[in-house]
Amino acid sequence: MIQSIAWRNIWRSPLRSGIIIAAISVGMAAGMFSATFTKGWMNQRLEAGIETEASHIRIQAPLFDENYDLKEYIPDTESLITSLSSIDHVNGVSPHLVIQSMIASAETGTGVKIVGIDATAEKSVTNLYSKLGEGKYLEGIKRNPIVIGRNLAKKLKVKLRSKVVITVQDADGNITGGAFRVSGIFDITNGMYEEGNVFVRKEDLARLVNMKSSTTHEILVHLDDTELIDEMAIQLKSQYPELKVQSWKESMPELGYINEIGNLYTYIFVIIILLALGFGIVNTMMMVILERIKEIGMLMAVGMSKLRVFSMLMLETVMLTLTGGVLGILIGLWATYLTMENGIDLSMYSEGLENFGYSPMVYPVLEMESIIVIILLVIATGIIASIYPARKALKYNPADAIRTD
Amino acid sequence: MNIIEIKELHKIYDESEVKVHAVNNISLNFEKGEFAAIVGPSGSGKTTLLNMLGGLDKPTDGNILIDNTNLHKLRSSELIRFRMMNIGFVFQAYNLIPVLTAKENVEFIMHLQNKNKKEREERTMSLLKAVGLEGRENSRPSKLSGGQQQRVAVARALASKPKFVLADEPTANLDSKSTEQLLSIMEELNKQEHITFIFSTHDQRVVNKARRVITIEDGKVISDIRKDVESDSK
Repeated sequence: MIQSIAWRNIWRSPLRSGIIIAAISVGMAAGMFSATFTKGWMNQRLEAGIETEASHIRIQAPLFDENYDLKEYIPDTESLITSLSSIDHVNGVSPHLVIQSMIASAETGTGVKIVGIDATAEKSVTNLYSKLGEGKYLEGIKRNPIVIGRNLAKKLKVKLRSKVVITVQDADGNITGGAFRVSGIFDITNGMYEEGNVFVRKEDLARLVNMKSSTTHEILVHLDDTELIDEMAIQLKSQYPELKVQSWKESMPELGYINEIGNLYTYIFVIIILLALGFGIVNTMMMVILERIKEIGMLMAVGMSKLRVFSMLMLETVMLTLTGGVLGILIGLWATYLTMENGIDLSMYSEGLENFGYSPMVYPVLEMESIIVIILLVIATGIIASIYPARKALKYNPADAIRTD
Repeated sequence: MNIIEIKELHKIYDESEVKVHAVNNISLNFEKGEFAAIVGPSGSGKTTLLNMLGGLDKPTDGNILIDNTNLHKLRSSELIRFRMMNIGFVFQAYNLIPVLTAKENVEFIMHLQNKNKKEREERTMSLLKAVGLEGRENSRPSKLSGGQQQRVAVARALASKPKFVLADEPTANLDSKSTEQLLSIMEELNKQEHITFIFSTHDQRVVNKARRVITIEDGKVISDIRKDVESDSK
């Protein structure tokens, strides 16, 4: 019966309750949509980071990434690749020869990471080949093809089939150089990656630095199930203790934090909204209690315990908050549904966003965990907001309260 | 048999600079089934006495024993439970719960007492019939007249099968016809249920119906007349 009274009490003043419910709804709709928007944004960055740049697992010679020393290569690569390829759930293995160098066009030059790849093997571990805006993936040019990013092409002022010169230190420590011709230009949402990474055929790069074409500094491993990445990384670490095995979370830690940062941002945003709404709810409940002193006095007089009176007022506040909260969440979900198919175009900010690896097209993503957490936060707000008014109500002496006009 | 024993009761308000002796050394007994009115001018201490009798206010000195339970020795939670089980209240302004129907208002205390549904329904319907509100059980207080609301309040006060009912100025907001109806109903219920009724009132019509009239002035009992025995135990 307490639940029934609490619910009916909310509608004693439909206008007042309606206003606070509307305020909560608007706040929660914004919070919910913000959650799905952020989730979509972060997921896109995560997916792009893993599938285009990092793949699932990276294996290196232990000291290679400290100074990119050419001589820090993985020994006996051939048998390692064969062994890795035979492991269950491994559906792609690609060896890399990696060199830090200078790249120059007729106009200008800059520092880049040159990655020597086997184009066919690379297609099994990253989807960069599908991100070509122009040209082909190390095809169409017979001698020394190179794939560069759109931002680098702009910086070097080169286009498809333009010549660029790579200057590197070879295995003997001599400075050497080679001319490459742009066979493809990739467009991804990470401007920094576009500017700092170029891809050439592994044998072309090995020849340039005077090393065997089988020389490999790192191997990327792709699995058929992303849920198994951590488990597989642990297995490979124990299987190859002499090598440095890292899951994408370890090789690109900034990606690993994206989800947590996204969730944190969402929850902080929602908590700020609820905090502001909480004061409104306290104010509403204080007015409610002031209007009902006489009734509360009567309830205590006829034998309703303080705990029951407290519970009734708390329930009333939680129901009020939850009504607005659920309504707001539904509105937020509706807004998500309307935009998740066609996305939200932020291309007017694309330059800044792409510099940080974020796509200017955002497709909101619905996640049950966020909905549950937001509902729990709404309930917690209702409970917290009810404590002060309910405690205030309990301080009245029933005899005095009944006589109140 | 006494169900209420008031012994040397005092209530002094000293919140302001001037101390007010609202109840001054009152000793009274009430027997089961009495129909008593406490009368006196405004400020005489009637309501204060009634509040202490109902456990809503604490005496400065003295004791109230209800069936040998010292009301003011009970802890707060025990006192609330004691009120729920033993005392019915009828207030001047009816004080019904506006969001509940007449039936739900009557049932409310039985809910607090955790009575089962069958028992609640039977008792509620029988009380609403007794107060002449059969057919209006689903009306909310706002749809009832003042007299009808007060009759719901009487039914609610009796729902918990209390030892006694305290009614503070129950007819003050009612017209003559409603007052007559209400008093007849309460008198009938008093006889049927054998429940003690104690009124605080200014209303001569209540005084006329009461079988015992206690007059208070300046916090003291100045007369206690039992009409049935025509005695004055001043």
